[in-house]
Order: sequence, then C-alpha cells, then structure tokens
Amino acid sequence: MTTSKLESFRYDDKIVKFFIIATMVWGAVAMLLGVTIAFQLADWRLNLGLEWMTFGRMRPLHTNAAIFAFAGNGIFAGVYYSMQRLCKARLFSDKLSRVHFWGWQLIIVSAAISLLSGATTGKEYAELEWPIDIAITVIWVVFAVNFFGTLFNRREKHIYVAIWFYIATIITVAVLHIVNSLEFPVSFMKSYSIYAGVQDALVQWWYGHNAVAFFLTTPFLGLMYYFIPKAAKRPVYSYRLSIIHFWSLVFIYIWAGPHHLLYSSLPNWVQTLGMVFSVALWAPSWGGMINGLLTLRGAWDQVRREPMLKFMAAAVTFYGMATFEGPLLSIKSFNSLAHYTDWIVGHVHSGTIGWNYFLIAGILYYLVPQLWRTKIYSKELGQMQFWTATIGLALYIVSMWIAGVTQGLMWRAVEPDTGNLVYPHFIETVVRIVPMYWVRAIGGTLVLISFIMMIYNLYKTIKNAGEHEEEVFQAPAIEKSKGFLFFKKHRELEGLPLIFTILVVIAIGVGSAIEIIPSLVSTKFIQKNEAITPYTPLELAGRDIYIREGCYTCHSQMIRPMAAETMRYGKYSKAAEFVYDRPFQWGSRRIGPDIARVGGKYPHMWHYRHMWDPREVTLDSIMPKYPWLFSKKTDYQVLPKKLKVMAALGVPYGSEQIENAVANAKEQAEEIIAALEEGGVENKMKDKQIVALIAYLQRLGVEGRDIEDESTQEEEE
Amino acid sequence: MNILIFLIPISILLGLTFVALCFWSINNEQYEDLDLNAEKIIFDDESLRRLNDDK
Repeated sequence: MTTSKLESFRYDDKIVKFFIIATMVWGAVAMLLGVTIAFQLADWRLNLGLEWMTFGRMRPLHTNAAIFAFAGNGIFAGVYYSMQRLCKARLFSDKLSRVHFWGWQLIIVSAAISLLSGATTGKEYAELEWPIDIAITVIWVVFAVNFFGTLFNRREKHIYVAIWFYIATIITVAVLHIVNSLEFPVSFMKSYSIYAGVQDALVQWWYGHNAVAFFLTTPFLGLMYYFIPKAAKRPVYSYRLSIIHFWSLVFIYIWAGPHHLLYSSLPNWVQTLGMVFSVALWAPSWGGMINGLLTLRGAWDQVRREPMLKFMAAAVTFYGMATFEGPLLSIKSFNSLAHYTDWIVGHVHSGTIGWNYFLIAGILYYLVPQLWRTKIYSKELGQMQFWTATIGLALYIVSMWIAGVTQGLMWRAVEPDTGNLVYPHFIETVVRIVPMYWVRAIGGTLVLISFIMMIYNLYKTIKNAGEHEEEVFQAPAIEKSKGFLFFKKHRELEGLPLIFTILVVIAIGVGSAIEIIPSLVSTKFIQKNEAITPYTPLELAGRDIYIREGCYTCHSQMIRPMAAETMRYGKYSKAAEFVYDRPFQWGSRRIGPDIARVGGKYPHMWHYRHMWDPREVTLDSIMPKYPWLFSKKTDYQVLPKKLKVMAALGVPYGSEQIENAVANAKEQAEEIIAALEEGGVENKMKDKQIVALIAYLQRLGVEGRDIEDESTQEEEE
Repeated sequence: MNILIFLIPISILLGLTFVALCFWSINNEQYEDLDLNAEKIIFDDESLRRLNDDK
C-alpha cells in the first residue's frame, strides 16, 4: 500500500440524527392515518361527514406519508450514515444536508395540507400538485449533489455495493418523478397531466411500479447490504452475488410497470411484455433475499436475542415473500382474479410493513445506540414490539388474502344453468368482506402500537445517553482517478462481463423506448373516434370534483374484456374512450363498483340522493356522505381558463367554446336542475357542485358504448 | 406527440448512464478483490478514540 499521508476527519452524524427523529415522527403519522382509513372502511361513519376526513382524501395522504415521509426519511438517515463510513469522508456539504432535511419536511407538511384540502393530481403515489412537484425535484437534486459530492471526496477506492443501489435510486427516481409529473398548471394548486388516457396510464404505472422498485426496494437493498453485515458483524454471504443482484435488478425492474394494467385498454403485447419481465424478477429478488439471510448464518443465536437482527431477518424474509407474490400477481390468469381486490392491498403492505418498516426498525436499533453512544433502553420491549408487529402484519395480510380471493371469486361467479351472475348486486360482495376489514383494522392497530413501542424505546435510549465528544477518524487520501469513464487510455476494455453488460443496457434503453413510445405515437391508440367528444365545461368541472374527492381510490373506470365483467358493467372499455382524460382515472381498487359506464344507468335524482347519503339508494353501502357538494358552489369563473389549458394540450375546444364556457355550463346545469326539480329539489341548487358532478357521472361511458374497438383486440393476432 | 421529445432521450439517457457506470466500475478495478472489500465495511467505524481504547 502506498503510504500517503493520513487525513483526519469527522462525520456529520447530527444530520443522521435529524433524519432518524423525522423517521419516527412520520412513521407514526403514516401508520395512524392507515389505521384511521382502515376503520373507515369497516364503518363508514368514521368519515365523520367532514370534507378533509373522508377516505378519498386520507388514503392518498396515507400512501404518500408511508412512502415519502416515513420510508423517505428512513432512507436518508441510513444513506447519510453509511455513505460517510463507506466513503471515509464527511458529507459533501453541511449546508446542503440541512437544506435537504428541512426542505423534505416542508414538502411533507405541504403535502398533508394540500391533499386533505383536495388539491391532487389524481395520479396514484404522484398526487402532489405542481408546486410541490417542483420542490421535490429541487430537494432531490440537493440530495444528489450532496451524495455525489461525498462520493467524489471519498478516501476509499472501492465503491461498496450498497452505494450502487443508492446511485440507481437517485438517478432513476429523478427521471421517474420528472417524466410522470409533467403537467400544465391551471392555477396555483391545479394542473392537468400533459398525457391523456392510455398514455397517461402507461406513464403513470411506469412511474408507480418503479416508485416501488426504486424508492421502496433499491435503497432498502443498499441499506440491507450495509446494515445487516454491520449488525451481524460478518461480511455479506456472497459479495459476488450482491453485485449480480444489483446489475440484474436495475436492468429488469424498469420494464415491469405494465403489469398494473393487465386486461386494460393498453395494447396486449405491452401487457405481456410487462408480465414476462415481472416474472423474470423472481431470480434477482430471490438471489438477493437468500444472500441477505445467509449473511446471518452462524448468527442465529444472536437473531434470537437481538431485536435489531430479528427485525432485519424478518424484513428480508418479507422481501422474499413480497417479491414472490409480486411476479405471481403479474401473471395474467392470477391477475384477472386478484386485480382490483384487497389481495393487492395485502401485497403492498407485506412490502411496506414487512420489508420497509421492519428494516427501518432494525436499522434504528443499530443506529441509535451507535450515534448516541449508549445501549438500547429495553431489549424486552424491542422483542415485544417485534411480535406485536408481526402478529399485526399477519392479521393484515391474511385478512386481505381472504377478502381479495372472496371478492374476486364473487365478482366472476356465474350460474352454470342460466349464465347469469350469481351476485349481480355489487354490494353483496362488499358486505361479505366487511368482517375482514375489521380484522385488517385490528392488525393495523397492532402495527401502529408496535411502532409506538419503538418510539418510546428509542426515546428512553436517547434520553439516557450522556454527552460525548465527536469522534475523529483517520484514513489516507486516495489518488484521484486517472481517467473518467471511457477516457482511461492505458487499460483496454476487456472481458465478457463487460460485453454482456453493454448488451443488456442497450436492450434496456431500446426496450423502455419501444414499450412506451408506440402508444404515444401510434395513431391507432390515440385515434380520435368521431363518437367521442370532449367534456363540456360543466362535465369538466364535475370531473375535477371527482378527482378532488379521490373517487378513484374506490371506483375504477376500466371494464376488462371478461364475460363476468361485461355482464356486470356493460361493454368493455376501449382506448379511444379516454383520449380526453387528463389524468386518466382507471383506478386500481374496486371498493365500490366500476363506473366506466355509469352514465345514463340511473336518473339524476338517484345520483343526487346517493351523494347526499349513499344508504338512501344502496342500503348497506360503506361509502361516505358528501354533504358539502350540496352547499359549495361550482367555480364557473375558472372554466374558460381550464378549457384554454386543455386546448393548449390538444383537446379540440374552439375559441368560441372557451369564451362561452360559463354560459354553456350554466345552461347545462339548468337542464339537470329541471330534471331534479321533478324530484323536489329546489332550483337554487343549480349552482352547487353536486350538479356538476352529476353532469360528469351521467356522461361516463355513454359515447363509447357503441364504438368499434380498434386497439386491444387487434393485438391478439 | 410532443412527449416523445422528452421520452426518447430520457429512456436512452437512463440506459446509457448505467452503461457508463458499469464501464467505469469495471475499468476502475472496482471488482478486483471482492472478499477484501466485503469484509472492510465491518471495520469502517474504527475511530481514533476506539482504536486508542483498544490499546
């Protein structure tokens, strides 16, 4: 070893402590929100009749809080701690670290306020409106600069595999977020997606799936490869396998998104491609899972004693379980049963609770004593936490399996003699699984309690810790690299692994392109069918109310081409029907029935009463009441602006239509109120939001009922 | 579709980035001694104080 001079340095552990505390706070908030909405599904009265307390607004907040606030802060804590040690260098800039921390917390708070107040883009896991999207981009860049700056300053030549996982996270999340969030602002907190219909769906789930892959998986795998060896005091079982795990995962993951859109109006071959790559993910995922578990070989007695290792071992096990279940659910025949059911909900929670929460718990039990130089307050409490969480999660997953399979089978049950649906009333399939909603809510409560146990345990640990000096570390500086990328002249590029890698990456680049682009360019998929007209101004206003209330969290707008489905809902959905949908509202879960063709199915008065109190028309409905739609006025004045933005995005609104938007909307409201007046509704209700919403609901799927199918079926050839 | 102007370069850029990174890592002799590098991290937080304590 060339003995260059030893350099002394300190680590910025304060920022790690900040992120740890934020992780605990937001974890509790995210889980409390989850428990609240779980009980709301079990008993609708818990929506309390309050605008901001309804399931449709709370659910996006829960998912955003769990992913970006809880897991996000956990990632930053773990990454900032391990990066400094792996690089033997202090974080690039203390200032950037602070901007990163406070910026991220500010984003979380503004997300909470805006989502509850109804400002949402209506795209799952990307619900935040455009100003917050911009803030996220800025803070992410701050994180990236801080991260790569640290990497550049490193005193350790080798880049440990964990760092590679972090790099993939930073690069990919940036690209996903920016591409999916491209939107055209209407006002300060309202925008329209630049993509429409099928394209929007494809871009959204390319994002949505990879948010799971590159926000909830790759950074956590990096953390796993760092913290499990550290906690178990032994190197990773196979470092070679971990490297293979990394490269294969980053190349395959990006393709799997279309498995969220199986049997939808997406071109069939894209669906199949998504399915094939999802199944291929089995190999690297399980390779990594086995590698993580085997790292604990010979340390099993410690796993028994140490809650820290117990959580890590369970986390990796759940990672294995979730990554087994995921590809399984991506197989079309499985998906046809499980899609839109609670099975999916159980699946994501085995991931976010079993894998993300448990790994974060393991890491916190490692980090807090390290950083505060003390011992864990109570290992017994840690054990108790572990079992409470595990039992709670088991209740959650099992109840959701039962609910999902039960409901899926009921939806498709057909009487063999008559060929009719066995359960023609959707509500029958809801009532049947409500007991499982109670079990799930109890399971979720146990998980929340377990988390509070950890907060108490760590709080006591920190409180008992004494003062201590900042530690000084020493390491020799490394020679700055002699070249960069391809510019290193003195060494030939060689070896099969390299050639293999190049081929794979080229395949990825071309592949991603051909997966997304055809549906963007091909006139076949965006062909404007003459029968499909743009929304009228009032319908558009109604649609924005639909988005605001988060209706898509419970109702899908995508009838799949299956007999049981078309019998229940009407003719299956076609790509051409969605060309003016910005954003698309296909949804991912049917807590209530699909409403792609609800237009014209019931009279106006039915919708009026339904929104006032769903139980007036469906006795056992679990849907919340929406009384504020009857007191709030439709904002007519913003309509010309909305139409103008839509026109800029390519919707064929003429200048005359834009000018007359307000008058046109009022005219249509007049027609609807005339019909409602027969049912005893007063004329003064015509300017209320309920009328706009009825206008939207009554046009859903009407025009598309009889059009020729030009996309999905042709692909069968 | 104007989207293409974004999507095509972005998809290709992402792929190329990982190609470049993979090239670099192999070229930089990152994978020459895997056993040593796997073990090194176990001892990465030996500060001066802890080293002195051990003496």
